[in-house]
Amino acid sequence: MENEIKLTKLAKCSGCGAKVGAGVLAQLLEDLPVRRDENLLVGFDRSDDASVYKISSELALVQTVDFFPPVADDPYVYGAIAAANALSDVYAMGGEPKLALNVMAVPEDMPRETVHSILRGGYEKVYEAGAMIIGGHSILDPEPKYGLAVTGFVHPDRVLTNSGARPGDVLLLTKPVGIGVLVSAIKGGLTDDKTRDYACSLMMTLNRAARDCMVKYRVHACTDITGFGVLGHLLEMAQGSNAEIRLSLSGFNFIPQSIEYARMGLLPEGMYRNRDFAESSVELGDVPVEYQDLLFDPQTSGGLCIAVCPEDADALLDELNGNVPAAQRIGVVTAYRGGKRILLGR
Amino acid sequence: MIDTRGYSCPVPVIMVQKEIKKSSPAELEVLADNRAAVENITRFAANQGYEVSTAADGSDFRLTLSKRQGRK
Repeated sequence: MENEIKLTKLAKCSGCGAKVGAGVLAQLLEDLPVRRDENLLVGFDRSDDASVYKISSELALVQTVDFFPPVADDPYVYGAIAAANALSDVYAMGGEPKLALNVMAVPEDMPRETVHSILRGGYEKVYEAGAMIIGGHSILDPEPKYGLAVTGFVHPDRVLTNSGARPGDVLLLTKPVGIGVLVSAIKGGLTDDKTRDYACSLMMTLNRAARDCMVKYRVHACTDITGFGVLGHLLEMAQGSNAEIRLSLSGFNFIPQSIEYARMGLLPEGMYRNRDFAESSVELGDVPVEYQDLLFDPQTSGGLCIAVCPEDADALLDELNGNVPAAQRIGVVTAYRGGKRILLGR
Repeated sequence: MIDTRGYSCPVPVIMVQKEIKKSSPAELEVLADNRAAVENITRFAANQGYEVSTAADGSDFRLTLSKRQGRK
């Protein structure tokens, strides 16, 4: 710790748990004029991770922005997590980040070293990603916020949206689940240092390696698992792809402590918003409530969920193993039969 | 009676947890002002062997936790 300020105490909601619920967001965006452009390959009407604009037959721009209140008390760690999370949207589209702008809100009385450490965390993470920060904007606000607007590049024929999943595809996930509950426990001061450091290292891990592995295989769809939780993001994938998704609980890697924290009721408000949005479209079966909660839990800087052609699934899983925090085979995509979009089994 | 109003998660459930650890009451009344706090307290209490009934109290919620018979 570089100072005595408890950054997470300054935040009402932590990390991606602060995200406006998916249902509310759809209402807020309703009726806003949407301009069409033949070069806009992915626009914000598509509920995707980032927008993609084609510049030439060889090059498309990927644009995204993400920021949130503190998820860690160490300002450097907070900055690095916020940056890793913002960069992730570019990776989820199959792209590579190149340019970034700081987006920042700081309390007037925050010590200069603290602000500096947040920014340093962001800068170093952006450089690790092979991109650079070229400017930004800051305002005064009693609740700190930090993140990035990121521009990346992708080949226009190799854009990975969340709406291209096909029946038969295998779903792989690259980080363990339960980060939101863990952040909540950290905020409540209930974790030991080891658990806290593990949670932070997961959130600070770039999805770059996951992206670099998946682009070598026949991947049909991808999304990063963040504020809407596993089930919220996969519902968007199922709806966008007009498919059904079958998930096996046994395929998931849950952070061990997160199961206990879920039973203790340390769930962030965002989990309940995600339930409100997605629950009616998910067949939860006889899965115990704490595991359901973890699958609705908002993940700050979570992993990539990849829908890969079944013939390539084993090879991609092999390659992900050792390159990402936890390579998991979590389910399959099937043809939509009407009714629920996601079926959860043990 | 524990008044968790004005606190955001996870503070309300931690307040209840501390009280139950301290005195293991047969019955406990809790005031909360948001749904996440109500749900979190309900999940925690159920796992500790309590039955929970919730009643709306204006814009707030009044939870009654009662220890289940024959359990821990």
